Amino acid sequence: MSYFAFLAEHGSTLLLGTVTTIKVLICSTTLYVIISMIFGLMRISKNKIIQGIATVYIEFFRGTSLLVQLFWVYYVLPFFGISLEAFVAGVVAIGMNFGAYGAEIVRGGILAVPKGQWEGAFALNFSPAKRMRKIIIPQIFPIILPPAANLTVELLKATALVALVTVVDLTFEAKQINSITWLSAQCFGTALLIYYIISRFFLVPFLRWLEVIAARKVGKEKI
Amino acid sequence: MNAEWRWDFTFEILPKMLIATFNTIIAAGVGYAIALVVGLFFLLGQRTPFKIINIINREIVEFIRSTPLLIQLFFVYFVLPQFGITLSAWLCGMITIGLHFGTYLSEVYRGALEGVPKTQWEACRALNFSTIYTYRKIVLPQAFPIAIPGMGNYLVGIFKDTPLLSTIGVAELFHAATAVGGYNYRYLEPYTMVGVIFLILSVPAAMGIRKLEKRVNLVQGKIKK
Repeated sequence: MSYFAFLAEHGSTLLLGTVTTIKVLICSTTLYVIISMIFGLMRISKNKIIQGIATVYIEFFRGTSLLVQLFWVYYVLPFFGISLEAFVAGVVAIGMNFGAYGAEIVRGGILAVPKGQWEGAFALNFSPAKRMRKIIIPQIFPIILPPAANLTVELLKATALVALVTVVDLTFEAKQINSITWLSAQCFGTALLIYYIISRFFLVPFLRWLEVIAARKVGKEKI
Repeated sequence: MNAEWRWDFTFEILPKMLIATFNTIIAAGVGYAIALVVGLFFLLGQRTPFKIINIINREIVEFIRSTPLLIQLFFVYFVLPQFGITLSAWLCGMITIGLHFGTYLSEVYRGALEGVPKTQWEACRALNFSTIYTYRKIVLPQAFPIAIPGMGNYLVGIFKDTPLLSTIGVAELFHAATAVGGYNYRYLEPYTMVGVIFLILSVPAAMGIRKLEKRVNLVQGKIKK
């Protein structure tokens, strides 16, 4: 069976899986961005309790494996009466895991804003909330976007894990086709290529574009 | 199914889990050792003066880095037998982890070498040191401390990615938990124990690395908050 015959027969199935993968990618990216913003801000709070909660959250999710968290959410939460659909479980686990990593990036970004900006806002008698919202947060994007871009590519790779909790994504379809046809090189090779194409030609250029926009917004021309 | 934690069950499966933990640690250690060496080869490919090798090397690294480890595992495990190479699940897992993280480690090495100031290289040239002498006596002693935190982070990273090996049937911690859970139809204790064991092992490791990083920064004269 030639490769083209393989693609003609199974290409549409793989494409359907790819759509699911992209859905997981978009949903969990949204979730992780929100979580990392919240916990990144909590992490620099002066209130010891709020800071402690954020630290425990971050250490917990960074200390254990994503796969373990995923299985825990999908197989153990039902014991407590919370049954999540596979797709939701996958998005929640990935979002919470990467949110912990993202929170550290956000914290680093906030601390990296020059001290003069903080003092300037203080001198102008801005309230702490207004200072964060109007002065500090807009300036963190050029700082946090490069590491966040790396993290997002990692997230794309991590979406493959949701196949193990029965979400019918690209990996799941590739595995399925493999178990029917035993054309392992073709199906897993194609899956690898699709992930590579998504990352190299869509995700990374998009994130670079965001970086350029963010740099322009604060008046720093990039490259 | 009830949500009550059963201690008798916990203690019943504890020995099994601890043996499996040992396997996990071995898997992470061996995978890391392979990754360290593979990283050196990718670094060599990056620094050879032949443009074409540089480009091929970069594309390979890019490809491995932007595709999921899970599918790479499947690829190695299922495709190699088609070419007449039958390896055990353990070996496949170790090779794949080594290759995957080797690409990351090569970046760590590269960053460390570039972290050595250019003037150091120039001084060596001015003193007419041979290339080998330059690396051995001047560059590597300065590059190594820079590489330590990154290398440590990937050790913890490999450790946390070993559960993926269970998907091709390597008998490590997560595999044991799934087996025990399926046999007794109770997933609460096994999976929770896996999480706790991972926390116990990786949080202190991560803290140690952070301490090391601070120390390295101090030694290098960079003061960090």
